[in-house]
Amino acid sequence: MLDVRGIKKVYESRDRTVEAVRDLTFTLQAGELACLVGPSGCGKTTLLKIMSGLLDPTSGEVLLEGKRVQGPPPGMAVVFQEYGRSLFPWMTVRENVELPLKQKKLPATRRSELVEESLAAVGLAEAHGAYPWQLSGGMQQRVAIARAVAYEPHVLLMDEPFAAVDAQTRADLEDLIRDLWHKFQVTTLFVTHDIDEAVYLGQRVLILSNSPTVIRDDLAIDLPDQRDQLTTRSSPRFAELRARVYEQIHRVKPAVDKESVAPAGVG
Amino acid sequence: MTGILRRVGLMFGLPIVLLAAWWFASANSVDFFFPPLSKILESLVDEWFGPRLAADVVPSVLRLLAGYLLAVVLAVSLGVLIGTSRTVRGVLEPVLEFFRAIPPPVLVPIFMLFLGIGDGMKIVVIAFGCMWPILLNTVEGVRAVDSVLSDTARTYGITDSARLRKLVLPAASPQIFAGLRQGLSVAIILMVISELFAASNGLGFAVVQAQRSFAIAETWAGMLMLGLLGFLLAVLFRIVENRQLAWYHGLRRAQRSS
Repeated sequence: MLDVRGIKKVYESRDRTVEAVRDLTFTLQAGELACLVGPSGCGKTTLLKIMSGLLDPTSGEVLLEGKRVQGPPPGMAVVFQEYGRSLFPWMTVRENVELPLKQKKLPATRRSELVEESLAAVGLAEAHGAYPWQLSGGMQQRVAIARAVAYEPHVLLMDEPFAAVDAQTRADLEDLIRDLWHKFQVTTLFVTHDIDEAVYLGQRVLILSNSPTVIRDDLAIDLPDQRDQLTTRSSPRFAELRARVYEQIHRVKPAVDKESVAPAGVG
Repeated sequence: MTGILRRVGLMFGLPIVLLAAWWFASANSVDFFFPPLSKILESLVDEWFGPRLAADVVPSVLRLLAGYLLAVVLAVSLGVLIGTSRTVRGVLEPVLEFFRAIPPPVLVPIFMLFLGIGDGMKIVVIAFGCMWPILLNTVEGVRAVDSVLSDTARTYGITDSARLRKLVLPAASPQIFAGLRQGLSVAIILMVISELFAASNGLGFAVVQAQRSFAIAETWAGMLMLGLLGFLLAVLFRIVENRQLAWYHGLRRAQRSS
């Protein structure tokens, strides 16, 4: 479905080169919900930008359904962390969700169906006419998710989408992602720095190392399919898995302070 | 209701006080150069809202609008181009800085050489002068399009003309409107100046003509007329701006209160 092969990214500037991503290879199966977890500043955003065709890798390639990604592919939707900067503030919620569908040249009736269905699915059936800035942060991210779902992507990429919302909203949105995934069966890659979130959401967790990034482990999450914020998170198996991910991430402490050498935007 | 009355009172209070002060201070004036306000208002109504409205005011306003619209179209298209392309910016910026540094009034004699003294020359002078604030603001607005918004548009296949209409122009519109507002006041000044040199009608021409023929009340009234015209255009501009930028003002309020 989505093949990431030998991705390497080196940022070069006049006086120094920074190797953000060293060598990444993994495959997402169709219909899978995988989480990509790694420490802050480990090149997650770089990787996501490469996968979505926004950034060219230094070497390696990304294949979506067998076709090499060069520029954003039509079958992919991305939900960004910065919901406030990802929705068009001059458009209503409805117009925001509908715009990509217009661009896809779908007929008006089909557009309408998709907009209604996706907004209802994220619990915003009443908010069609509102502007994004009239909504709370969590609701804005719901709109961004609805827009991605309405686009009917084959692959949905999410870049730390809940990093900027409060804890309660975050739990609600995590459950929303599981629900949407069950409902629409979209292949989803969820990028996060939060270990609990990765284990709670995914069928599979890919653990990244510090920058220069490699895959440290690829862990199947054998928790029951119906997850619940209370019972799942307090189950012994959840704690075991969580501990395993934690160990992997903290196995090798960085030798130097990575924060100070990582270029802006590699977060 | 009382809120509206209060706002109307605040808006018109000072102008009424000023007019009243002028009225009483000048009521018994016998000074030739400072006629009583009653005489000036008489002239304003009889002359400027009489025969001169069609003969001078309307031609001036039409030239103003033609020059302004020409400038808007040129400056916004050029601004989008310059703001989008680093190469174009590098090539054009020094030249534009040079042209921008030339005070537009000195161009009137030069434009007269090859455009004559007709409407065409005046429209070009107005357009040339008022396009700079619009151009510079458009460039800045286009350059400042948010990177996340831009990435979002790319991932959803919003490119080329859709990108321009749905992303770049709306995102730059607060800046563009700031430029349009500055451009409008420059346009009014240049409308008058272009009529001072060589003209057979127009507000600027008529005011100078009145002054030279010692029609002092009419000269004062012409000044009032120009003030009223500028005020009216500013109000119309504000109405259009508030409609177009309603989202922006809402967004700013939401950001301030959070």
